[in-house]
This record gives sequence, structure tokens and C-alpha cells, in this order.
Amino acid sequence: MTNISGRVIHKQFEKEGKTVAFSPETLEKVHTLIRRYPEGYQRSALLPVLHIAQETFGGYLTVDVMDYIAELLGLLPIEVYEVATFYSMYYLEKPGKYVIEVCQTGPCAISGGETILQFLEDSLKIKAGETTPDGLFTLKAVECLGSCGTAPVMQVNSRFYEKLTTEKIILLLEALREEAKIEQNTSDRWEEQFS
Amino acid sequence: MGRAILLNGIEIPGIRNFTTYRSHGGYSAVEKALREMTPAQVAAEVTRSGLRGRGGAGFPTGLKWSFLDKKSDKPRYLICNADESEPGTFKDRFLMEHLPHRLIEGLIIASYALGVKTCYIYIRGEFKYLVGILEKAIGEAHRYGFVGENIAQTPFSLEIYVHPGAGAYICGEETALLESLEGKRGNPRIKPPFPAFKGLYGCPTVVNNVETIATVGPIITMGGEAYAAIGKGKSTGTKLISACGNIKKPGVYEIELGLPVEEFIFGEEYCGGIAGNKSLKAVIPGGSSVPILPADLILNTASGTPRLMSYESLAEGEFTSGSMLGSGGFIVLNEEACIVRNTWNLTRFYHHESCGQCSPCREGTGWMEKILYRLEHGEGKMSDIDLLERISKNIEGNTICPLGDAAAWPVASAIRHFRDEFEAHVREGKTFHATVGKETTN
Ligand SMILES: Cc1cc2nc3c(=O)[nH]c(=O)nc-3n(C[C@H](O)[C@H](O)[C@H](O)COP(=O)(O)O)c2cc1C
Ligand code: SF4
Ligand code: FES
Repeated sequence: MTNISGRVIHKQFEKEGKTVAFSPETLEKVHTLIRRYPEGYQRSALLPVLHIAQETFGGYLTVDVMDYIAELLGLLPIEVYEVATFYSMYYLEKPGKYVIEVCQTGPCAISGGETILQFLEDSLKIKAGETTPDGLFTLKAVECLGSCGTAPVMQVNSRFYEKLTTEKIILLLEALREEAKIEQNTSDRWEEQFS
Repeated sequence: MGRAILLNGIEIPGIRNFTTYRSHGGYSAVEKALREMTPAQVAAEVTRSGLRGRGGAGFPTGLKWSFLDKKSDKPRYLICNADESEPGTFKDRFLMEHLPHRLIEGLIIASYALGVKTCYIYIRGEFKYLVGILEKAIGEAHRYGFVGENIAQTPFSLEIYVHPGAGAYICGEETALLESLEGKRGNPRIKPPFPAFKGLYGCPTVVNNVETIATVGPIITMGGEAYAAIGKGKSTGTKLISACGNIKKPGVYEIELGLPVEEFIFGEEYCGGIAGNKSLKAVIPGGSSVPILPADLILNTASGTPRLMSYESLAEGEFTSGSMLGSGGFIVLNEEACIVRNTWNLTRFYHHESCGQCSPCREGTGWMEKILYRLEHGEGKMSDIDLLERISKNIEGNTICPLGDAAAWPVASAIRHFRDEFEAHVREGKTFHATVGKETTN
């Protein structure tokens, strides 16, 4: 266990006796990304590679994952930790299978965003910032998602859901619970975004 | 009066694909620029067009390009700012989603004019799906010889890469963006040196907004002079406005600059009026960081002339009675909106997004948020209103980057125009609102 900026992070994988490593295919993708930046500036690939790492290793960044990325990019571990703690899309603790992020900023707030969050808190029986005991859902209240014309808005695992109503939320939660039982479609993984 | 220059062709099915885009005249601006014009001629055409930066500040694009360090023998970079995180702003997302090739075309022409061989599109991480759309479009352009070596059979070569951020509004500020692109925390740099001299990797760099760059193609096609003939005065051409809030038809509209604000809000072609047939209370016309204006001052200037959608007209009266065109994020509030609550909400946003480098911004936004929370929840004092004003004045101009100003202006303008509402919150206390707002947790 390590403590960075007041947050406790874990060496989860080593504890479980697993080693952290990308598959050869993912590694190939990572090297293509590194080559997009000039010689000697592979640090530039850190943000996209952390996205891929987070998705590959269970939806969050453990110390051993960050150390692995540091080694891969030739960085000091602290250079990875400080980035992982700065950006809100990186998680240091295991989130639920579905991360629901509900926009609470001005335009969404005046269009019912607060009611949507309240409804989700009631339906999932958790507060914003928490994960359901079954590990299925993490609920977050977030700032403007750049979709204010279709407010109220939320993202579930980075997918947009717009012009929300409580009826839509009921349907969506049901659908996600069903989907969780079967093998996941992975076409919207970070790795797949880069050609 | 709607004018499709930037969004021309958006209704064509499949226009997102290269072949469709190409068969409707796409990439002919690239061919014209690279084959028939010198880089200096391209830049001169952009200067002549009067195009101004669409990211918020409205700085003349041709002038910005002319600052690029010509003596340096280091590589030059063009960075497309697609961070789009200013509340109320969603026009770049719309453009990239529907017309990715218009952006790529602009990137090629701008890079040619600037002598750039590598471009990065820095896009906010929440627009993950757009990364795929842009990468696909760049891949197509590569296959058809418009990206890569010897573009359009000319000696010019260029690579374009998409680079995702990871959730930080501050990375839209150009120097924070460069830090982030270098794989670091998004802490804005002290200027000077300006990016034109020391930008990405210490090399000469131009940072331009998505919409700014996408406009370069149409300017080359129609000529700078013809572009400058559209619009009004120094607000030339068209602008994408993302309209949201309490209106009948939220969405992205391309308007000719100089359109009367009243026509934009009430015209059937645009916002279609106030939703639910309520009355107009206030507008934040250029993204959440510009001053809020009450209905009378958004429709007419203090001198009584109709307010227009242009850089000059929206700024008329400066901070006493004016605002800014900013990014074009047009937020409309109806009679039911609570100004105190809205101001508290936006201040929470800026506090959350402060990078924390300068104390006036880091602490000041936090104090303002606390005081506004107090006022909104019926626990405020009359003296809190003056205190808020003082804090906002002490932040303004005293920080490394303009996020400090962006946080101060909404508060100062809300008190200036709606002081009675703040006072009513103090007087009427807890009964003022029934619901309690939510804190964000990210
Ligand atoms: C806090 C802050 C956030 C900003 N966010 C953005 C943004 O999301 N997109 C953008 O294009 N410009 C943004 N800007 C403005 C950029 O710093 C820069 O001026 C702009 O990208 C220049 O492009 P332009 O000249 O084409 O407008 C922001 C500025 C500040 C201070
Ligand atoms: S003004 Fe705020 S966001 Fe900008 S550098 Fe200072 S602390 Fe960071
Ligand atoms: S305010 Fe919710 S998406 Fe912009």
C-alpha cells in the first residue's frame, strides 16, 4: 500500500500473485502511440497509454500498473502518479463495472440534472461517489460533459446518454443489469479508437 | 439569414466519409492552396479574411500566425484545441462529429501556411467516441493522399495525430494543454515565453481552436476578401453558436456575425423563443465565464441600440453593461432561474477546475463557492455580498492564467445586475428554495 496525496492506492495485482503486462497486441498498439511523438518525448504518450492501461487492468490504476507504465515509457514512477492523480478520468480505486457520471453544471442543472442524480441515488441506493455493493455501478456527479444542448446528460463508461428522463434511466439500468450477465462488446475500448 | 459556410454540406448523408465529402468538393481547397499558392499567400488570405480565434479570446488568426518564430530552426507544431470544456459550449464536438474532414482540410492548409510537419488534435477525454471518428477520417485522408508524404502530389508532407486528454477543463488553456500533451499535469505556464516561440517541446507552436482551423478551408475556397464581406465590421464571417438552457430549440447554429440577438433568441430559424412560453430573464452569451446580462441588456445595449451577435456589440458597455461573444456558448435563463443558485453552481465548477498553482484562484474560488453556497441555502449575511465582490476583484488579473478571471467575472456580473436577488436570499433565508443542490464528486 502506498499513500499519494492523501489517497491510499494498492498493489492489487502483485498481491494476487499476478504480473502486470499488456498482451503482445496491446503492446504493439502502445508502441505505435509512442512513435507518434518525437524521439525522446515518449512521455507524451502517457495520457493515452494510461487510458488503455486503466481499461485493460480492471478499470483503475493500481501502483503496480502505474509502475509498469513508468517502466514502459522510461519514466520515474512519480511522473506517472502525479498525472494519474491530476486528471479526473483516472481512478485509483476499483470502480463498478458501469461508471455513471451525471452532469451537474449550470445548463444541465437548470434542465433537471439534479433530479436525475437524485433519482439514480434513490434507485441504486447509494450516494454520488459510491459503488453499489454488487460492484455493478459507480455513481458520480461530474462537471460539464460538453453536451449542454441535450441536457440533462450523463455518460456511462464514456458513452453519452442525453435528454434524460427518469423513464429512460429505469430502462437503462435494466438493460445494463442484463448486459452485465453476458460477454461484453468491446468495440468502444480506448485501444480500438486509435487506428 | 442563416449562412452555411462551415457547416455547408452537413445535411448530406455520409458526409462524414471521405468519398462523399470529396465528391461534394471536399479537399479542393487543399489542392488549391498547395498547388497554386505559396505558404505566405495562404497566410495572407487568412489575414485578409479577418478571421478571429473561435476558442474564446477572438484574437486575429492571421496575426497570431505571423508571430511564429521564423528564426528558429526547430520543428514547428500546430495544435488543434479540441478540449471544449467551457460550460455551455458544444460546437466543436458537433463539427468534429459531423464534418471531421472539414477540420482535417483546415489542418492541412494551416500547416502548409505555417511550415508545420506534425499536428496534434488535443481532444477532451470525455469525447472518446470522437477519437475514433477523427482517427478514421485521418486514416481515409492518408489513403487518398491528403495526409502523409507528398500531399496532393506536391512536396508538402504532414502527419496528424489525435491526442486525448483525461478530464481537466484547465487543459483548454493553451499552455496547460501543451503541458498535458507533453504527458504532465495540466498546469498553465507563465507567459512569456509565448507558444509562438517556446511551445510544444520548446518549439515554435500555434494553438488554434477547432472551429478556427475548420474555417481556413472555406476561406481559401472563397477568398479572404469574400469571407470578410460576410458579417459586420471586425466581426467577419460566420460563427457557430451552441445554444442551450431554457429555449425551445437548443442546438448548434451557424450564424452570420452581426445577427440581432433578439432574432437569434426568438427567431424560428434559431432558438425559437423561450421554452414553456416563459419570459426571458438573462443570458450568458459566450460560455459560462463571460459576464451574465439581464434580458434588457442582452436585447439592447445601454445606449438603446439593438444588441448584435458580434464581438464588438456583445462587448459594448464593457463590464458595466456588456459581456463577450467568447466561445459562442449561449446559455439562456428564463424567469424561473435563480441567479444565486446558478452563480453558486458555476463557481463550484471553477473551484473544481482550478489547477491550484496560484493562491488567488485556488483559495478565492473556494471561498466564493462557500459564500455562494451559504447565500443559496439561506445562511448568508448581507455583508457576504460585498465580500464576494471583493474576493472576485482580488482574483481578477492576479493569476498565472485567465481561469482566475473566468471565475471572477460570473460572480461580479451576477451581483452587478441582480443584487436585489442576492439580498432577497439573505432576507428570506431558508424558505427561498426547496431543493438542496448536489456537490460534484469527481
Ligand atoms: C481556462 C481556459 C480554458 C480554455 N478552454 C478552451 C477550449 O476548450 N477550447 C479552445 O479552443 N480554447 C480554449 N481556451 C482558449 C485557449 O487558451 C486559446 O486561446 C485558444 O485555443 C486559441 O485558439 P483560437 O485563437 O483559434 O481561438 C481556454 C482558455 C482558458 C483560459
Ligand atoms: S489561475 Fe487558477 S487555473 Fe490558472 S494557473 Fe492559476 S490556479 Fe491554475
Ligand atoms: S452542463 Fe451538462 S453537458 Fe454541459
